[in-house]
Amino acid sequence: MFESVGFFSALFNPNLPFIRNAFFAGVLSSVLFGVLGSVVTVKRISSLAGAISHAVLGGIGMALYLSATGIMPNLSPMVGAMVFALISALIIGFVSLKSKQREDTVIQAIWAIGMSIGVLFMAKTPGYTDPSSFLFGNILLISTQDLVLLLILDVIVVFLAWFFYPQIEATAFDEEFAKVRGVPTQKVFLAILSVSAIAVVLLQTFVGIVMVIAMLTLPAGTAGFKAKNLASMMFFATLYSLLFSFGGLALGWTLDMPVGAMVVVLAGAFFLGRSLGNLIRKRSMKHDKS
Amino acid sequence: MLDKPVALKFSDVTFSYPHHTVLQEVSFHFHSGEFIALVGPNGAGKTTLLKLILGLEQPQEGIVELLGMAPKKSLANIGYVPQHVNYDPTFPISVLEVVRMGALTKRSNPIARETNESALKALSLVELQDLAKRPYNALSGGQRRRVLVARALIGNPSMLILDEPTANMDKTSEQRLYNTLAKLKGETTILIVTHDMKSVSSLTDRVFCIDAHKSGKEGRTVVQHTLEAVDGGDEKKVRHDVEIPADFCHFPREEGNV
Repeated sequence: MFESVGFFSALFNPNLPFIRNAFFAGVLSSVLFGVLGSVVTVKRISSLAGAISHAVLGGIGMALYLSATGIMPNLSPMVGAMVFALISALIIGFVSLKSKQREDTVIQAIWAIGMSIGVLFMAKTPGYTDPSSFLFGNILLISTQDLVLLLILDVIVVFLAWFFYPQIEATAFDEEFAKVRGVPTQKVFLAILSVSAIAVVLLQTFVGIVMVIAMLTLPAGTAGFKAKNLASMMFFATLYSLLFSFGGLALGWTLDMPVGAMVVVLAGAFFLGRSLGNLIRKRSMKHDKS
Repeated sequence: MLDKPVALKFSDVTFSYPHHTVLQEVSFHFHSGEFIALVGPNGAGKTTLLKLILGLEQPQEGIVELLGMAPKKSLANIGYVPQHVNYDPTFPISVLEVVRMGALTKRSNPIARETNESALKALSLVELQDLAKRPYNALSGGQRRRVLVARALIGNPSMLILDEPTANMDKTSEQRLYNTLAKLKGETTILIVTHDMKSVSSLTDRVFCIDAHKSGKEGRTVVQHTLEAVDGGDEKKVRHDVEIPADFCHFPREEGNV
């Protein structure tokens, strides 16, 4: 029935609050994706964010099991996700600082073990639980309370990024020099990792794990092609995130397809197209020179 | 010059990694205003020595004093030029922003942004003020190195430490770099660390060498050699055959009247 209603009239239709909420969720999460995504990209820790975002499935599964079996009734999946996210962020952060050469192995281990724990617990949880609903989420189920949470996180992340901009920029560009200038680089790194972990948890309950990791990297990567500095990268990445979220929502609604997956495909296509364009341009420039 | 304060002092410093002693009983010092070269072959422990000077590593034995204090406390007055920045070429950043990074402190916040002017001044010292707005990754290797020198100069440091400043640099860039250093000489203490053992810039006052073991010791130590001017050249030859105790200081130029 809804398909017959155009996307824009649906957006302004007071009887369809969920689509308006989805739209606002897109706007609010775009700020996080743009700002945090740029930091994650220039710090080159997107695989760390990937591992954390997938490991939270373990916490979700465990929380679902504990609450459904009555061991810990009313335990929200988000609490389980938060615990797993912070634990995996701590482990990854510690290994990355103390034993860099093992970082890769540990990242993959946490990624795989977290997801597997989630699947095992979900299999034993009474009633039917579909892991894929957590992988892709459903942006159309967002409540007003969720939006408030997102807004609070937006404000915190934007403030931190603005206030500590010089330190973040320096540690990402030249960590040793930042250390010589007295910047506590390890603390900055752990802070970025923890904030990312918290953001990942909040975002993934709304939009799903796959979309979180895609949107943390693809808009920032696309913006990186023409940004002059980290601040403009954040700005353009936010704009791109808005464009992808809005486009994905409109397309998903119009074609009656899952919105999260649509957003990811859109962002991915844009990024790959931009990379290809860049490659061709560089080649022709080389050709002109020779 | 001898009555000038000591800029850097190593007293009986020993440093080891878990299975390997790198430096053993290293003692040497130099004074403010001196232009010093520290030479040593690859793998001799130059990087380790630099890390000790910059307070990034702590010695197991002995004391390192930088400008009369523990290194970490005097770093605000030090300009450090690393050999290269292991940076991501896709990192979006302008030349001016790289230079401004040199004014960074632990408590820097974005409200204090009066650093643009000093960044431009530092860039003019390395003759790159016209490239301020350019993306850092669009510069040549030699230009980038000079930007890093400007980054180190922005805070008017009393001492400049350069790690292999001319490695992979063409002759013109090298000449420009030494022009900049010549302007700073005397005012700013300069320490150049390099693997070029044979000769050093003619600006150099004294040379230390990190290529000597004391008999029966695993780690290397530091000795001092004399320098010999080469006729008409802009370089001085390092006389490895003439050894002076590392802690002996004399100052060949301007003796007595400084």
